[in-house]
Amino acid sequence: MAVAAERISLRATGRSRRRLRLNRVMEGVAVLAASVALAALGIVVVSVVVRAWPALHVSLFTQTPNLFGGPGGGISSAIVGSALIVAMATGMALPVGVLAAIFMTEFARPRVAAAIQLFLDVLNGVPTIVTGIFVYGLLVIGHLQSAYAGAFALAVVMLPLVARATQEVLLLVPNTLREASLALGVSRWRTVVGVIIPTTLGGILTGTVIAMARAAGETAPLLFTCSIFAPAVSTDVTHALPNIPVLIFTYSEQPDPALHQQAWAAALVLMAFILITSLTARGLLARSRRKLTHG
Amino acid sequence: MGNRSDTISIDVAPVEIAQRRHAPLPENREVVFDVQDLGVRYGATTAVSGVDFDIYRNMITAVIGPSGCGKSTFIRCLNRMNDLVPGAQVDGKILYHGEDLYGSGVDPVEVRRRIGMVFQRPNPFPKSIYDNVAWGPRVLGMRKDLDERVERALRGAALWEEVKDRLKRSALSLSGGQQQRLCIARAIAIEPEVLLLDEPASALDPIATTSIEELMHGLKRDFTLVIVTHNMQQAARVADMTAFFSLEVGEGRRTGVLVEYDATEKIFTNPSDQRTEDYVTGRFG
Ligand SMILES: Nc1ncnc2c1ncn2[C@@H]1O[C@H](COP(=O)(O)OP(=O)(O)O)[C@@H](O)[C@H]1O
Ligand SMILES: [Mg+2]
Repeated sequence: MAVAAERISLRATGRSRRRLRLNRVMEGVAVLAASVALAALGIVVVSVVVRAWPALHVSLFTQTPNLFGGPGGGISSAIVGSALIVAMATGMALPVGVLAAIFMTEFARPRVAAAIQLFLDVLNGVPTIVTGIFVYGLLVIGHLQSAYAGAFALAVVMLPLVARATQEVLLLVPNTLREASLALGVSRWRTVVGVIIPTTLGGILTGTVIAMARAAGETAPLLFTCSIFAPAVSTDVTHALPNIPVLIFTYSEQPDPALHQQAWAAALVLMAFILITSLTARGLLARSRRKLTHG
Repeated sequence: MGNRSDTISIDVAPVEIAQRRHAPLPENREVVFDVQDLGVRYGATTAVSGVDFDIYRNMITAVIGPSGCGKSTFIRCLNRMNDLVPGAQVDGKILYHGEDLYGSGVDPVEVRRRIGMVFQRPNPFPKSIYDNVAWGPRVLGMRKDLDERVERALRGAALWEEVKDRLKRSALSLSGGQQQRLCIARAIAIEPEVLLLDEPASALDPIATTSIEELMHGLKRDFTLVIVTHNMQQAARVADMTAFFSLEVGEGRRTGVLVEYDATEKIFTNPSDQRTEDYVTGRFG
């Protein structure tokens, strides 16, 4: 009774075979591209570590630069100075950036929001050397270089990053959540403070941390505003403070090989900071995503 | 209120459900909302127009009709939720206890304080179960005896027994039906006078739906309820009064209108309008 079925082949032939091959090739190209990116990072990290190695002592983190060059001495004052400057810059950029983003997404009419958006995009596109000159003209001419002028310049760099990141997470908040609060007879402002910000806090902090990482490495804004400093550890922000980017820049121009090594070590410290902050940012973001989806 | 045990089955015709409930309508019905010639436009398109009827205190009023006929648009006028939609324009009048809801000097925030709303999709805050209920009272300055208030609201929403041991857990860990009851608890925790429910059970399974419906019967002692539903059995089961909205088609425009408003029993057993009859008997095209 049974009719012998014609044997069918499930192998790829003709067109589908060509497609299969093309698919393999494209996959290979993609893997290659990813490897190149990874390799570039690897080469940078390895070369920095290798060159920084001779200078990596505890004293690097505990001592201030030698007054007369030569081996020994450390970059402690630059670490302290950078931390202070970045912290001050964050203190300025975070509230302004977050409030700007809240105004744009929660309160402003669409045309006003678009205008602010444009302004922030332009600000983001301004070369940081121009930002440095601008702040130089604004805060340094007629006064002296100072840490707060440097921090202000860095804040200008951070502002559009913080605002944009905040805006993105605010737009992720479903409208139904706003309605839930407003339907309780709660004002818009209380809704923002009590529901929207707690919901998006992780995302806002992520954006801030990424902006901090970016600002920590910025050199150009500090060259005009915070580059002439005494080597000692200081927390006087009305004067220029030593900081890592400018230290790397000046040391790398010195003939002393010991200072070159310290410049590499400072670069390593900077990279470690950026790595840690990026990982923190990822963790925060994952946490805030979880919060919006399931407890 | 009819025989509850058979109100769950789905294959009973709405007309039979309505006939079985001999809910006597009270004589002196206090008017809560007096809707007068209400119309809503979104930009240039008119979503509803010419809506005119009274909503009574401590009753459940159902708004039924085909989808897109403006049920949500209408109910969102009652607590000025439409103010939040850019381009929405409300014409006509709604008197709330005689006060013009859209009159000058009326604060929509205060309106929504008194007229609560539960939405189609459960939308709990990403906070703990406790904080979902407590947040509103806290913000509105009802901080006294907060724990008791939260418990009362959760009991009122028939959720207390299920969550009393995990009040600190995230509200998002609850099931859909529990989340919707939490939203009801959240709404009643601030003691509004009116509760608006826009298809509160449409995203829920039949068991959760039943518990929400039973809950509504209990709530009408303290609140005036207005419920939008596209489920006619549900309207027949829960509502005292029913408003039937439909779409009027003309000149390439479709506008929502109020076709008929009457006691639920009348709407489902002996409607005056042919369109209502076609709709409640399922002959709607
Ligand atoms: N925000 C809005 N903007 C523009 N049109 C809307 C908006 N909301 C609803 N509409 C329109 O109004 C009409 C009624 O919608 P809706 O009130 O949601 O109906 P229902 O709740 O009865 O399904 C529909 O044609 C819909 O497209
Ligand atoms: Mg609707």
